[in-house]
Amino acid sequence: MKRPILITSLLASLLITAPSIHAATPTVEELWKIIQEQQAEIEALKKQQHSTEQKAVAADEKAEAAVEAVEETATTTGNWSDKTHIGGYGELHYNNIDADDSDNDKDEIDFHRFVLFFGHEFTDRLRFNSELEFEHALTKDTADGSGPGEVELEQAYLEYDINDQLATRGGLFILPIGILNETHEPNTFYGVERNDVENIIIPTTWWAGGAGLSGHYPNGISWDLAIHEGLKIPTSGSSAFRVRSGRQKTAEADASDFAYTGRVKYSGIPGLELAASLHYQSDASQVSGDGLDDGLLFETHAVYQNGPFALRALYAEWNFDGSGVEAAGADEQKGWYLEPSFKPREDLGLYARYEDIEGARDRDQFDQWEIGLNYWPHQAVVLKADYRNRDHDLSTESGRDFDAFDLGIGYHF
Amino acid sequence: MRNLLTLLLLVSLGTSVQARGVYQTPDDFLAEVFEGSPPKAAVIWLRGKVKTAAADILGHNYPALRIRYWGEAKRTAWILEEIGKEKPITVGLVVEDNALKNIRVLEFRESRGWEVRHGFFTDQFNGARLTEEQKLDRSIDGISGATLSVWALKKLARLALYLHSQTPYAHDPP
Repeated sequence: MKRPILITSLLASLLITAPSIHAATPTVEELWKIIQEQQAEIEALKKQQHSTEQKAVAADEKAEAAVEAVEETATTTGNWSDKTHIGGYGELHYNNIDADDSDNDKDEIDFHRFVLFFGHEFTDRLRFNSELEFEHALTKDTADGSGPGEVELEQAYLEYDINDQLATRGGLFILPIGILNETHEPNTFYGVERNDVENIIIPTTWWAGGAGLSGHYPNGISWDLAIHEGLKIPTSGSSAFRVRSGRQKTAEADASDFAYTGRVKYSGIPGLELAASLHYQSDASQVSGDGLDDGLLFETHAVYQNGPFALRALYAEWNFDGSGVEAAGADEQKGWYLEPSFKPREDLGLYARYEDIEGARDRDQFDQWEIGLNYWPHQAVVLKADYRNRDHDLSTESGRDFDAFDLGIGYHF
Repeated sequence: MRNLLTLLLLVSLGTSVQARGVYQTPDDFLAEVFEGSPPKAAVIWLRGKVKTAAADILGHNYPALRIRYWGEAKRTAWILEEIGKEKPITVGLVVEDNALKNIRVLEFRESRGWEVRHGFFTDQFNGARLTEEQKLDRSIDGISGATLSVWALKKLARLALYLHSQTPYAHDPP
């Protein structure tokens, strides 16, 4: 009896456990089927991976091509707009002058200069540069031409690079004399107003029509030569023998007597510039026998910067021949200035300036102290403030002695 | 007088002409820096903080999506461009151990400011490093009348030092 019961129990337990035994140990056929399916999946994944890699390579190549195309477009300089450049500068001045004679007081705000540069590069070696200036913000179309402002073409010349070290120019260009004449953007110099030596003795901005040649060398030496329209200095009236009144500004200028300008400059040590210029004209009035014959200007200057300290020094002297100019005591006109400065921070500069001037007019003979500061919120933008004290040489001009306070805003782009 | 004017013009126009302003090609510069065998160029993409930092240094976005450079050991070489007054100045810069080792103007296209391409000016940059404020750690004396070109080179010096710091060559060689 016991035996049949045992067999029955065994069969029952086998029946109960049979499915789990079957799942845990597949048959060979089942295993083969599973292996084949897995192999098929591996092959599919391999193909997918290869396809993905190919797509990635293709996408990379496309991206590379797109980037190169963008960069090529950005660096292409073949069209007109890429070869044409626009720039400019401007300065707003506030002057508060308290003179000994109140008739000479001044309290005014003036957009002194609004300048636009236009340049075009015809080839790598041939280019055009120009500067159009609008002074004092307003010109009036009046019959007598009166009005506070002027529109002036201060530069319009073609320049051609003969080689790496030699260039020539022709047209209307700024003369290579002094510190400010060529570089006078407001963010590059101290003082709301430009210094007076480079106004009365060197009539900055001084430009002329003509031709010039310049060279520069790796040792820091450069030179300039120019033949150009001369001055036409008046010999009578309130501005007699005043150099600044002699600028013809290439406006139907009298070309009876050309002038010559030459400069040698050394800038071979960082922070240092030494230069000397000579300017000669055989008849400074363009009229023979009127009492003003030849004129010779000698100018020399030094600019030195060492860390936060800088110094500018300039001397300029005119010598004229002629009975009239000698009789008027205007045959020697000269001036000089010294301007030490200090930058306690990169965006702040303090300066002092002393200048001594002996011009043709009585009012242009004075010495002047000046202190002030420049603040550059951006390297091409400047805010200025200064104090000036002017003392005239002649007692007859003492009414023009003054203390002045000036503010300025300037930009350059 | 007019004869002199004519003579001056004839002398000017009659003189032989060379290519303007290319003082060294980038290939020659790299060959010199890496003694004849420059490594393969790597690329740094101008995006995210790198783009922002480059724009802060230059005052404007760098006109490219990426910048190529050449690196070896702790040294990288860069060919960068920045406009002086009107035209781009092409400059080769070498940074080693996070300091400027060499800066050379490869091509100068401006009509003023030519002084910046000479060694008497560029030698001032040798050894310069970047401060935490991304400024040069030394004063660079300027050149009167070449202010904009001087600014351009100072910016590129700062940019090369910054970009070098973003490469694997800034610390240990990869």
